[in-house]
Amino acid sequence: MSEFLLVDIVLLSLLIVTSVSVFLLRNLFAATMVLSLYSLLMSVVWLNLDAADVALTEAAVGAGIATVLLIGALVVVGAEERKHPRMHRPALLLVGLTTAALVYGTFDLPRLGDPAAPAQTHVVPEYISQTVEKLRSGQPVAPSDDHGDYESDNFHGHVPNLVTSVIVNYRAYDTLFEVAVIFTAGVSLILLLGRRESESGGRA
Amino acid sequence: MRDQVILRVVTKVTIPFILVFGFYVITHGELGPGGGFQGGVVLAAAFILYGLVFGLEDLEKIIPRRLTDAMAGLGVLIYTGVGLVGIFGGYNFLDYTPLRLTGADAAESWGMTLVEYGVGITVAAVMVIVFREVSLAATAEK
Repeated sequence: MSEFLLVDIVLLSLLIVTSVSVFLLRNLFAATMVLSLYSLLMSVVWLNLDAADVALTEAAVGAGIATVLLIGALVVVGAEERKHPRMHRPALLLVGLTTAALVYGTFDLPRLGDPAAPAQTHVVPEYISQTVEKLRSGQPVAPSDDHGDYESDNFHGHVPNLVTSVIVNYRAYDTLFEVAVIFTAGVSLILLLGRRESESGGRA
Repeated sequence: MRDQVILRVVTKVTIPFILVFGFYVITHGELGPGGGFQGGVVLAAAFILYGLVFGLEDLEKIIPRRLTDAMAGLGVLIYTGVGLVGIFGGYNFLDYTPLRLTGADAAESWGMTLVEYGVGITVAAVMVIVFREVSLAATAEK
């Protein structure tokens, strides 16, 4: 058994423990902290899968900002759950069915790290070959090799980080509109919540 | 929380490091893990930490509302501006080829770094806006 699998088993068991304890906890402050812990564990799982970019996002957004915002909400609603929620049987049935369907769906997914998976065979080889020529040939590029228009690097004018290359080069329009969505969210928040102040005679 | 000496000192000591790490993550995005989104959130975390410890009034002095509002728009403007440079240089929208500031092999690096900073500025500003507006609403509710 590989050591990565061992680490994954420990991490994923801890994930299950934290996610179950989130909805068993009656103290909302404790639940928020455990949720933050869940994000931190998840980010280590991403790191174990070599997805460092996702791990960084999960740690910064999931464990950091989301926790701060949830605590901000706790200031309004209080840290204790008011009453014990009763078991809602139709909802439980629906959740159970959805879970079963999702688990059934995972049987069709390719195995972890399968080289024949569609994600590895579709456009990714092209991206890799365009970004790092030496990855395609399997041979290190000698300094004497032809670099085309580009003077000195082995990357043929592309940046070495594939993820960033995909995000802001091949998918630059996607990222542009993602930023526009974040901007719109910020503006909407100002318009929705900032009105409080103008009602009391503050900034218009 | 501003009356607690340890919190105050630790905050003031760590904030420069958080800011430098945020800029590092944005700038280094083309080489290693990270980029505008992650770096922007890290930058915002520095301001949110300051706001948590010293209160919203002091945060308003450090980074006023008008500034975060303007920065949220500025980031999108930088991103689309880089795109327009592509058009005016005779290429497609968001083609980084005209940005040959330091040679042909650096054009993409320049474009990506500028675009990442656009993303980072917007994300950092919007995160601070979200924190400020939610905290204001929470204190008004009390």
